[in-house]
Amino acid sequence: MADYMLMKGNEAIAEAAIRCGCDGYFGYPITPQSEILETLALRKPWEETGMVVLQAESEIASINMVYAGAGCGKKVMTSSSSPGISLKQEGITYIAGAELPCLIVNVVRGGPGLGTIQPAQSDYFQAVKGGGHGDYRLIVLAPASVQEMYDFVDLGFELAFKYRNPAMILSDGVIGQMMEKVKVGEYKKRLTDQEIVERYGSWATTGKTPNRQRNIITSLDLDANRQEQFNLKLQRKYREIEENETRFELINCDDADYILVAYGSSSRICQKAVDLCREKGIKVGLLRPITLFPFPTKAIQSFVGKVKGFLTVEMSAGQMVEDVRLAVNGQCRVEHFGHMGGVIPSPNEVVKALEDNFIKG
Amino acid sequence: MTEEIIIAGFGGQGVLSMGKILAYSGIMQDQEVAWMPSYGPEMRGGTANVTVILSDSRISSPIIQEFDTAIILNQQSMDKFESRVKPGGVLIYDPNGITHHPTRKDISIYKVEAADTAAAMNNAKTFNMIVLGAFLKVKPVVKMENVIKGLKKSLPERHHHLIPMNEQAINKGMEIVAKVG
Amino acid sequence: MDVKDIIKKENFVYGKSKVLTDNPMHYCPGCTHGVVHKVLAEVIEELDIQDKTIGVSPVGCAVLAYNYLDIDWHEAAHGRAPALASAINRLYPDKFVFTYQGDGDLASIGAAEIMHACNRGEKQLTIFINNAIYGMTGGQMAPTTLEGMKTATSPYGRNVALHGYPLQITELIAQLPGTCYVTRQSAHTPGAVRKLKQAMLKAVKNTLERKGTSFIEVVATCNSGWKQSPVDSNKWMVENMFPKYPLGDMKDI
Repeated sequence: MADYMLMKGNEAIAEAAIRCGCDGYFGYPITPQSEILETLALRKPWEETGMVVLQAESEIASINMVYAGAGCGKKVMTSSSSPGISLKQEGITYIAGAELPCLIVNVVRGGPGLGTIQPAQSDYFQAVKGGGHGDYRLIVLAPASVQEMYDFVDLGFELAFKYRNPAMILSDGVIGQMMEKVKVGEYKKRLTDQEIVERYGSWATTGKTPNRQRNIITSLDLDANRQEQFNLKLQRKYREIEENETRFELINCDDADYILVAYGSSSRICQKAVDLCREKGIKVGLLRPITLFPFPTKAIQSFVGKVKGFLTVEMSAGQMVEDVRLAVNGQCRVEHFGHMGGVIPSPNEVVKALEDNFIKG
Repeated sequence: MTEEIIIAGFGGQGVLSMGKILAYSGIMQDQEVAWMPSYGPEMRGGTANVTVILSDSRISSPIIQEFDTAIILNQQSMDKFESRVKPGGVLIYDPNGITHHPTRKDISIYKVEAADTAAAMNNAKTFNMIVLGAFLKVKPVVKMENVIKGLKKSLPERHHHLIPMNEQAINKGMEIVAKVG
Repeated sequence: MDVKDIIKKENFVYGKSKVLTDNPMHYCPGCTHGVVHKVLAEVIEELDIQDKTIGVSPVGCAVLAYNYLDIDWHEAAHGRAPALASAINRLYPDKFVFTYQGDGDLASIGAAEIMHACNRGEKQLTIFINNAIYGMTGGQMAPTTLEGMKTATSPYGRNVALHGYPLQITELIAQLPGTCYVTRQSAHTPGAVRKLKQAMLKAVKNTLERKGTSFIEVVATCNSGWKQSPVDSNKWMVENMFPKYPLGDMKDI
């Protein structure tokens, strides 16, 4: 019991960053995620672990600080909410193009434009299909609880370094602002500069010593053939990530006639909807993607022929629904239910949407 | 056991911190907890509300339409949440500033004159603890010893000397809460 | 006596710095970049800091600077070099970090980043090449383009009513309390190059001593963009650029 702390999702991100040995956080305030920078400022990790915390002049500057920190082999991160993440896209594509590991947290709010500060899931396309220019992917983790906000910081860094690829935690205002109990982990030591040289010296800018070539962090190659070869290499890496890192959770799917597909806070709402449906005698299950890229395509395919339909529930106009439809490839009905602009669907509405789409008429 | 509570009133009444103390008390007795606030511009001097869920099992949606208990501390919140108490549920309110009193017959309604009592005790800051006491009397979902532990966890150490005063206020709330009708 | 008799250690009077690579530079003949690269390389070699130097190159003509100095490099997005350097100098306080930026990169798209890095007193050096034009993209107007000066996007000459005024950004930067050394130099004569090297030595030492941000503007030519011969460009620079961008230290604490 004493191991548990009550904290907001945003606070959990900050606490996890300090404890998992993060070297640097660079951010800029924006609702509903400002508690991440606020918590770090209050916790003063530079005195405790040596972690650098800097409020940059803009989201653009902060992602470029992450670009540099990642390039010199450090474990660095940033966070923002939708409008700020749009500003960061330039930096993110450079990071992906330079094949650097880092962690980006998006606590999504409703859009487009300045939109609203209320929760939404309308940045799905931006997160999983690339986001900036060029053919690249992020590893995208979708926490559905404050505990997962905490756990996915470490997991995100682990995957980012394993594949030298930026990872994103795609959260939203519900998970960011909600408090739940969290079991916090032990402190992991930050790597020393010497350890960074040993592990990442082949690519990181740790200072050119006589025993190696200079390391250059860049995404530029003006030769089209070499640039294509590089792109092919990236694509092979993404296929490998799909093969090895797809994560999802199944709840009550064994005997289900219908499957709800939802991630993050929508999946919590759907859990309740599953309970309500089961009380009514409707056999419903929930498939919760934990990684959005890689997407659990095979898991969804495995229900084709076994269920009568899928209903995706998203706080968007229907974005993930396209990936569910691609997964079943026309072999099963897939419908979408959601709200936009910061309105949160209720479990009762989900039940009604399922009945309206699949059961009545 | 699952208890789904909405606490709603004005910003500055201690609505959010009361919810936090309740959530911490739940953790102290090994329960799952969720605390989901309204946030944003409505926090600036307007209404503030927080959903608190305590449960013996994994909590599904932190966003809920209906509540086992509504704790209502201003008229706007009364207008918004009276109808959202589950049939058979509980509504606790401070009549101070309330012009339209609750009318439902299918729920249990309690009054706690917390604002007046806090003023009489000459300590406006104990207001939310008086309300918490009223709730715990009606719905003893967390034990008093765990509330004290929860207070210790949620208050910074420099405020720990205020815990006995908060405990008194909780007891006062338990004393003065009264069923309506 | 043949050439082999001449190539002897005792006859050695001048050599290329070991910090410069053997890659042929892509800069146009007459361009100032090569000279500034050379001066920087010599300073890095003389201070024996090749293994602790991290450079940040811009978008602009110097985008490929990483091909010419044999040190670790980051290639920044357009204008963002000071933000990159800020992170690096904080994560590696014992290294020497510099940005190398042109007038479009620093004074236009990157105006916010350079101001804030200097205002935070980031322990880094910025080398700012001001030739009053966009070289890489083919001679368009820069924030520092002189009044009346013709470019591809101000073909009738910079009209301040239409385009705003030439930006004396170094004067602005000198006002910021985070900077410890702000100077404007040139590289058009041997004397100017020697002065530039002294300024560079001071700036690098300041940075190693973590005194604050050092900032060196180099008023430079772009004979391709200016559509003049290198010799005429130098003359034009002295006559037209120096009155608007006068040389000398603005701040030296």
